[in-house]
Amino acid sequence: MARVIFGSALRRYTGGVEEVEVEAATVRSLIKALDRRFPGLGEHLGSGLAVAIDGEIMTDALYEPVPEDAEVHFLPPIGGG
Amino acid sequence: MSRTHVTCTINGDPAEFLCEEDQTLLDTLRDVVGLMGVKEGCATGDCGACSVILNGRLNCSCLVFAPEAEGATIETVEGMAGPDGLHPLQETFLEGAALQCGICTPGFLVAGKALLDRNPDPTEEEVRYAVAGNLCRCTGYDKIVRSILDAADRMGEAAPAS
Amino acid sequence: MTVTATPTTDSQPGYKWVGTRPVRHDGLDKVTGRARYGADLNLPGMLIGAVLRSPHAHARILSIDTSAAQAMEGVKAVVTGADFPMLESGGEGSGEEYYDPRDLCRNVMARDKVLYEGHALAAVAATSRREALAALAAIEVDYDVLPHVLDVSEAMAPDAPILHDDLITEGVDPIPDEPSNVASRYVIDRGDIEKGFAEADVIVEREFVTQPVHQGYIEPHAVVADVGEDGKATVFCSSQGHFMVRSHTAELLGWEPSRVKVIPAEIGGGFGGKTTVYVEPVAARLSQKAGRPVKIVMTRDEVFRATGPTSGSKIRLKVGATRDGRLTAVEGSMAYQAGAFKGSPVSLGCMCAFAPYAIENVLLEGLDVVVNMPKVAAYRAPGAPMASFASETLLDEVAEQLGIDPLELRLRNAAEEGVRSVYGPVYKRIGFKETVEAVRDHPQYSTELGPNQGRGVASGFWFNFGGSSSATVHINEDGSASVLTGSPDIGGSRASMALMAAEELGIDVYDITPIVSDTESVGYTEVTGGSRVTHATGMAVIDACRKVVTDLRARAAKVWDVDVEEVEWVDGRAQHVSGDRAPMTTRDLAAGAAGTGGPITASAAVNARGAGVAFSTQVCDVEVDPETGAVTILRYMTAQDAGRAIHPSYVEGQMQGGVAQGIGWALNEEYIFDTGGTMENPGFLDYRMPVASDLPMIDTVIVEVPNPGHPYGVRGVGEVGIVPPMAAVANAIHDATGLRMSELPMSPVKVLEAIGANGG
Repeated sequence: MARVIFGSALRRYTGGVEEVEVEAATVRSLIKALDRRFPGLGEHLGSGLAVAIDGEIMTDALYEPVPEDAEVHFLPPIGGG
Repeated sequence: MSRTHVTCTINGDPAEFLCEEDQTLLDTLRDVVGLMGVKEGCATGDCGACSVILNGRLNCSCLVFAPEAEGATIETVEGMAGPDGLHPLQETFLEGAALQCGICTPGFLVAGKALLDRNPDPTEEEVRYAVAGNLCRCTGYDKIVRSILDAADRMGEAAPAS
Repeated sequence: MTVTATPTTDSQPGYKWVGTRPVRHDGLDKVTGRARYGADLNLPGMLIGAVLRSPHAHARILSIDTSAAQAMEGVKAVVTGADFPMLESGGEGSGEEYYDPRDLCRNVMARDKVLYEGHALAAVAATSRREALAALAAIEVDYDVLPHVLDVSEAMAPDAPILHDDLITEGVDPIPDEPSNVASRYVIDRGDIEKGFAEADVIVEREFVTQPVHQGYIEPHAVVADVGEDGKATVFCSSQGHFMVRSHTAELLGWEPSRVKVIPAEIGGGFGGKTTVYVEPVAARLSQKAGRPVKIVMTRDEVFRATGPTSGSKIRLKVGATRDGRLTAVEGSMAYQAGAFKGSPVSLGCMCAFAPYAIENVLLEGLDVVVNMPKVAAYRAPGAPMASFASETLLDEVAEQLGIDPLELRLRNAAEEGVRSVYGPVYKRIGFKETVEAVRDHPQYSTELGPNQGRGVASGFWFNFGGSSSATVHINEDGSASVLTGSPDIGGSRASMALMAAEELGIDVYDITPIVSDTESVGYTEVTGGSRVTHATGMAVIDACRKVVTDLRARAAKVWDVDVEEVEWVDGRAQHVSGDRAPMTTRDLAAGAAGTGGPITASAAVNARGAGVAFSTQVCDVEVDPETGAVTILRYMTAQDAGRAIHPSYVEGQMQGGVAQGIGWALNEEYIFDTGGTMENPGFLDYRMPVASDLPMIDTVIVEVPNPGHPYGVRGVGEVGIVPPMAAVANAIHDATGLRMSELPMSPVKVLEAIGANGG
């Protein structure tokens, strides 16, 4: 089970829940599972956000595998100079 | 607008060109003569990217009207390397990684040459003030200053002591 | 002419080329004036374009009459907002290239309103610059001038002039009914902030103000666009990403990207400021209308007034710590100017400010506020420097109050592998502590100081990025290799690519030709930004080289009629494991390539993961002149975790350059506006960037804690160096004078005021 930790911005769509455990093989299935649990959340986890899996921040990561026991965060879009 | 005919010496060769009365030497060197190594960073004399040696003195070519170059000798970065190879400043800039984006490099090389032409053994402080009219936004000047000092050393070793 | 320089040989253990310092491959062109930058191309029949810009900070455009301009001799095309499709929000890019098409198209050419002084609203192409400028003067614009706002606090006030009638604050509950200038609110909320402050023995709190500053690249934006009879555009320009220019230009013209080919010029500095488009789509549309090539080169004045600086900010922060120096809680609010359109880097400021430390209780709010100045663009570690100016100044105050050495305070709280970052995720292997120790152990930290002199330290964090990159490697007939990538070389990246290719292929670094290819000659590659090139494009180069080596081994196996497993690749040669065959070099194998399967070439593409985060710790010694308030930087030293330095000279260069920009930000640089919202200092004389005589040598210590996410351990090095300087300088001024400076820039006037206010 992956552990998903929600930042303040997303807790608004989870009824204040800060952390959930989800069974998912990829980021895409993880988002689907989260959307089932918190209807409407999925659309806020889409293209604009970056995802961090076990500390590694990624963009365009829908097909990225989610390891068993991974810790997942969704972060604001990140750009550099 | 009628054009002015200018005869001068550019990088050791006789040259002539036509320019407008109010055209800068910078624009003329770039767009008429074709010396694109002379760069424009500001056109107000504040960045030194367009540095040339005009009659032996360092100048921002954006602050000189092209007709003023009548009879003048002009040195640009394109004239620094000779048949025997690069100028020592060009060598030490390359070896010392004194350029990142490289847009300011021609100006620094010309300003460095103007310094070493009159002061072959400058101190670090003298180097820093000599190129204080040249802006570099990439390097923090550390490697540029070191490279100019290294070039002075190299030229001093090559030249017999006077 | 040959390069006489030889590379120094200080390669890393286990590597032949990585860690050496060869002369960069593009160096010769750049010291002889031969390198072609954005403004260095002239084409036959080329027209000169110029842009009409708003004289008002905020106004409704009632009408634009271009008929007189259009009728003028030499004028071949005129465009206004009506010549470009109106795009709406959505379809954003990702990663480095996140943007909103609605805002981008309105920023490039104003529609119903101008939102800042310098906002483009029309453009002309004429046979000379003189005629183009005369035509601009003949365009008649009827404005309804509106009140403007620049200060974030004033922009958030209830009666503030509203920039966008459709801007509803994101990130607040409930969703507001009315538009405002607050585009979004971002919050980091972790742990129990009240408990954290209850545990604290000392609490410090302060407000900070910083002004907008510009990247200050020396090369103004420049483009030549040529739209042919087939309707296809060729665009030659300098940018941090020619694929970005292609996609943005095409989108803003309503075209498919394949209709645009972008040829990358050399780039004369960017620092984030050339990660978007301004004049490129305009030149293309003018060329399409005129049927001739069009060149637009911005003046320095235009660069300041119309391209993205980074945000000014107002920041309030509060930090709690125990007597023994453990940070227990941080709380605060940051408001950043976004410029005329949403999208300041304030969320990054919140995430980065305390990222070097292990802190359990965090409550930070970031507000993205639109104001009537140019839309901000990325600038080196966007958002982090101003936030870290605040946070690192407060840490200095905590250390002072507790009587703890400021580096020791940082070591006691230093984040390391396994620690949860302030922004959420848990760190992998990082080198923060090592940067602090490097400063502590450097001779500068124990050099004696004289009267009016002071020493300050500060640390900083930056994410670094991976992202999409492509590379192609060809083995030439003579056994040399060409390495093609899509990453503009902004500070020596060709040399890094060549070093990594030399390492993989086993051939001499000077037998590699690194090339920055146009948009039709190599695969898609994201911008040179986010400190991503050596990491991500480097991974694509390494992958492509490994494919080539696999192929070279297979060719040798074919020649020797042995199993490929029996062929090893050692030092640029195929060797048979038995050792009883003469090794074959790349030259041997290339010469026979036609008979073993054709030319030897391979491509690779990645969306690179595994970018390791970066830390820097710096120490600054200053002398403050009590008579004038002038601050002189006496000594400066910076330590940074590079993971693995591929070309150490250019790693040092990035570290030194970041410091110099940070010192400029700390002491002199700022946008100054008059009461009408007009920028008063749009030139290098009055926008005062550091010159050589302002700075000492900048000592560097490259710390190497390898990044587990890169084959050689590379971490991005381009950005983090600009994060600590403002606080390092402020803390040094405090050490010298006892004054806490909370506003940037710390110019002589401000320092003198502070001395006066202190009874000086």
